[in-house]
Amino acid sequence: MTLLQVRDLDVTFDIRPRGAWPWTPSDRLSAVADLSFDLEEGTTLGVVGESGSGKSTLARAIIGTVPATGGEILWDGTDLRKLSPRARRTHRREVQMIFQDPLAALNPRMNVGEIIAEPLRTHQPDVTSKQARAKASEMMERVGLLPNLINRYPHEFSGGQCQRIGIARALVLSPRLVICDEPVSALDVSVQAQVVNLLKRLQKEMGLSLIFIAHDLSVVKHISDRILVLYLGRQMEQGAARDVVRRPRHPYTQALISSVPIPDPKRERARKRPVLSGELPSPVNPPSGCVFRTRCPKAQPDCAVGRPPLLDVGDGHLVACPYQEVMETVA
Amino acid sequence: MLLEVDDLAVAFRTADGTVNAVNGLSLRLEAGGTLAIVGESGSGKSQTAFAIMGLLARNGEATGSVRLDGKELLGLSPRELNKVRAAQAAMIFQDPMTSLNPYLRVGDQMAEVLTLHKGMSRREAMTESAAMLDAVRIPDAASRLRMYPHEFSGGMRQRIMIAMALLCRPRLLIADEPTTALDVTVQAQIMELLSEIRAEFGTAIVLITHDLGIVADTCERTVVMYGGRVMEQGATETLFERPSHPYTLGLLKAVPRLDIDQDELETIPGDPPDMSRLPKGCPFTPRCGFAMERCGRIQPPLTEWSGRLRACHADPEVVR
Repeated sequence: MTLLQVRDLDVTFDIRPRGAWPWTPSDRLSAVADLSFDLEEGTTLGVVGESGSGKSTLARAIIGTVPATGGEILWDGTDLRKLSPRARRTHRREVQMIFQDPLAALNPRMNVGEIIAEPLRTHQPDVTSKQARAKASEMMERVGLLPNLINRYPHEFSGGQCQRIGIARALVLSPRLVICDEPVSALDVSVQAQVVNLLKRLQKEMGLSLIFIAHDLSVVKHISDRILVLYLGRQMEQGAARDVVRRPRHPYTQALISSVPIPDPKRERARKRPVLSGELPSPVNPPSGCVFRTRCPKAQPDCAVGRPPLLDVGDGHLVACPYQEVMETVA
Repeated sequence: MLLEVDDLAVAFRTADGTVNAVNGLSLRLEAGGTLAIVGESGSGKSQTAFAIMGLLARNGEATGSVRLDGKELLGLSPRELNKVRAAQAAMIFQDPMTSLNPYLRVGDQMAEVLTLHKGMSRREAMTESAAMLDAVRIPDAASRLRMYPHEFSGGMRQRIMIAMALLCRPRLLIADEPTTALDVTVQAQIMELLSEIRAEFGTAIVLITHDLGIVADTCERTVVMYGGRVMEQGATETLFERPSHPYTLGLLKAVPRLDIDQDELETIPGDPPDMSRLPKGCPFTPRCGFAMERCGRIQPPLTEWSGRLRACHADPEVVR
């Protein structure tokens, strides 16, 4: 069943230029443009892109903290903007979020039990403190924390443990969708693997759908069923995780993949690594046509004219580039 | 030998007693060579770098020996150290924004280094600064000198840091997690720049990182640290091809790979060590799958095996 459908989503922000007169019009910053995808219940969508690619704006639009300026987000078939107040509360309960900096995302003046039970107290005010505490300690066990630490405060935990607390808090209401915004990029390598495996296990146990946002393709590949590659708020490529990582077609996806170093000296030195030059252009004034053309190794003159259409190359593998070629990445 | 470190130890006096951040570290680096110090948080990798540069916090003390070009650095007066730091050794940090002065134009910050250390006139210093920005591939260098740090992107700021570190042509550059805060595409650019710099200026590089991928790409030799101690050290290819220490092995397996299909990521159980509560023996014991009774009691010495040094009681043939 399709849990979430995003159709031609646009999110733009008005930016006042510095020192502008009151009557000069605001600049329009287009953070996400023309974005469409489906998320099936129980699956994971990985969203990849550099900073400034619109990953987090997308997450906030789905949660509903940033209004969509165009297109629609259908939750269970209903447009988010047309939800009744009661349905909106349900939506808020069913979509939860996990953040990048695990310590900063936890209130330092609450103990673990209070942190984990807080969503419960907000959404189900008739829950007694005893029930809330019992639920919190059950969740702690579930995410691999000792329940006897329930009275401790966030600063007493390591980064990995804090992220587990964040996960417990996100799952306490048994949500249907969890949006993970760079959940492992602040953690040590050995702990990253623990958290990724934990998320995969919990997804299976609780039938969760996940949107996993990260800039590191190797982690995303590991947890996702489908991958969406964003650049400057536009989708470059979208498809089954295997296809996108093993046989990427869009020049940007290819550049992203070849930028990730491989921990194997012989293979790494033998590998061709086209390094992407330059930096992300300003989203206030994006390049015409294909937004990636200014850094694209395959750019042609006509890339500047008209947005490249999304081409379906089979199995729902969509690529926004007419000059695409397959690159084999797995040796 | 450009850099010789022998039996380096770093200890901090804190309210909770003495914390030993680094113990018994020895390493060698040739002129123009590359060395990686790999480890997680609390491994002592950054404190090692601070000790070499004489930048330890006030409650920290380094013992042992650090020689640069044969000259002992530990115990030098701040004045003498200052001379060494600019002319012979320089360091760049993870977050370039906190290392640049937000109130000064980039050109002024760079020129200050040259007027102070080389006695250049301001005009000469500005010309030289522009040339160096050019060397780190910052386009339109001369006009960028007049900009403030916040006007640059993260990748550009890191380039400025590198340019600044290279102004006095140091023979040693210590890079402490230089790309951790950057996007992968920018990381690739910065790593490429560092290897170009090395070729152009003959600067030896010590790369401190947790990312095994960039180590494989750039460094000839690798030191793997955990809990303030060396676990394994040797040629990068040797270590990566056949890790012989349970920690190196676990770390390599825990990295998600793009070039291989893995079903489940292997993990190292537990958390990085609490430095104020280390076990008496090997610091990795609580997380180690090969741990034996004596591991928690006796610190294994660094012994030679198959072309590298390893500190582990377990039989290397068994650790696979």
